[in-house]
Amino acid sequence: MNSSEGKLKSSSSELDLDRPNIEDYLPSGSSIQEPHGKLRLRDLLDISPALTEAAGAIVDDSFTRCFKSNPPELWNWNVYLFPLWCCGVVFRALVLTIGWIIFLSCFIPVHFLLKGNDNLRKKMERALVELICSFFVASWTGVVKYHGPRPSMRPKQVFVANHTSMIDFIILEQMTAFAVIMQKHPGWVGLLQSTILESVGCIWFNRSEAKDREIVTRKLREHSQGADNNPLLIFPEGTCVNNQYSVMFKKGAFELGCTVCPIAIKYNKIFVDAFWNSRKQSFTMHLLQLMTSWAVVCDVWYLEPQNLRPGETPIEFAERIRDIISVRAGLKKVPWDGYLKYSRPSPKHRERKQQSFAESVLRGLELEEK
Amino acid sequence: MGNTSSMLTQYDIEEVQQHCNNAFSQQEIVSLYERFCQLDRNGGGFVSGEEFLSVPEFAVNPLSQRLLTMLDGLNFKEFVAFLSAFSPRATVQQKIEFIFKVYDSDGNGKVTFNDMLDVLHDLTGQFISEHQREQVLTKVLEEAGYTKESLLVMSDFVKILGSSGLKMEVEVPVD
Repeated sequence: MNSSEGKLKSSSSELDLDRPNIEDYLPSGSSIQEPHGKLRLRDLLDISPALTEAAGAIVDDSFTRCFKSNPPELWNWNVYLFPLWCCGVVFRALVLTIGWIIFLSCFIPVHFLLKGNDNLRKKMERALVELICSFFVASWTGVVKYHGPRPSMRPKQVFVANHTSMIDFIILEQMTAFAVIMQKHPGWVGLLQSTILESVGCIWFNRSEAKDREIVTRKLREHSQGADNNPLLIFPEGTCVNNQYSVMFKKGAFELGCTVCPIAIKYNKIFVDAFWNSRKQSFTMHLLQLMTSWAVVCDVWYLEPQNLRPGETPIEFAERIRDIISVRAGLKKVPWDGYLKYSRPSPKHRERKQQSFAESVLRGLELEEK
Repeated sequence: MGNTSSMLTQYDIEEVQQHCNNAFSQQEIVSLYERFCQLDRNGGGFVSGEEFLSVPEFAVNPLSQRLLTMLDGLNFKEFVAFLSAFSPRATVQQKIEFIFKVYDSDGNGKVTFNDMLDVLHDLTGQFISEHQREQVLTKVLEEAGYTKESLLVMSDFVKILGSSGLKMEVEVPVD
């Protein structure tokens, strides 16, 4: 389930359209010292600001911090707790197995026998998916506190949430059957995606294909307009982040002409680090790790639905919602696009710095000639 | 994966500290080791150019390619020594030495007109023509008492940069 670690490619210009101006976030002013007045040799030779920035980025940078795992201290490894822990694991595996048996024995008949009666079938499948998610959550000894009013099922409404792991979806799904937009995964997860999740109406995308975005945007729009479909849940960050930071939201969810209902999810770090570091472990390992921790404790806040304000662009709208969610869940905002995990930043940013310095050098030259 | 300080013994830390002339405290060296391991994702013992470029803040820096030639293949001890110029404990002399090394790409102790032109090119990109760059550089060199053919050495750099308040410090985050 690891993303391919081949050569990083420079992001296509299409991805650029997705994010607001990074310059709005980074400290203002060029990183390259701008000479004032007469240009001297010293002004051209002194590259210390650019070097300092580079060294600063080497020592610590806000992007890498977003994807740093924070494994909790192992406070529970001692003689008394160990046997209890073992029992816990066995019990949980049992719970999950029972859950799957019940689910499959109901889902398969419903799916095939009620082929004609679509409405009833949909309702039952929805309820069954909620059920299996509850079993999943129970298998991690999940303690989830939901705050805020339960979302009502209305058309022209989408839900957005911050993203820490694929379990975000399961935790939200056990309360309300959402339709979700996801990256298609290989392996057993992919199988689950194409069979069970199809029934709640999911949309697949493929991160590596640029053209894919248009198709997906169209599907999103179609889905959100349909009254009968399950409400759509979107993770606008586009990738898993470590639940302490939030990266830029992609604007796709915010230009559908729908009301956007923000959901904030915060995991309690004491019990488990719920962040799925897809570069370090496969989803299977991640689930196993969750099942063998003591508990997954988290808070889910359903926040007030928002609409696009007059004169607001979709990007500004996305930023506003990101703000709402980050404040609620105590996340620090960083100005990076999550997809930078898979590709390089566009040369545009470097060029802006170069341009600024070039202009000041030329200005200095002109002053001399006067 | 390898990001605990238990991999670094007290002896290792002292050795690194000596190598960088006490530019960093022991706590800072431990933090830098965690960072080094975080960057060195494939665990090869050194951070490759690709791994450095995966830090977006570094990748957008105009001098990143130039610095990569200096950073490529460094082990942890050398990595800390590289960064020592940016410690608040480093002297102005050490900082200027670092800047000199960035310019002196062939490492022969002399910075030529072309060396300076290359760095200026990195900083200004396509926004000034090559001719204008040469013009500007020649002009300021002459004003400072040098010519296009001058070969600058370390002492020249000290003379030029020493008087201005050189600010070149990074803070190593210590948990």
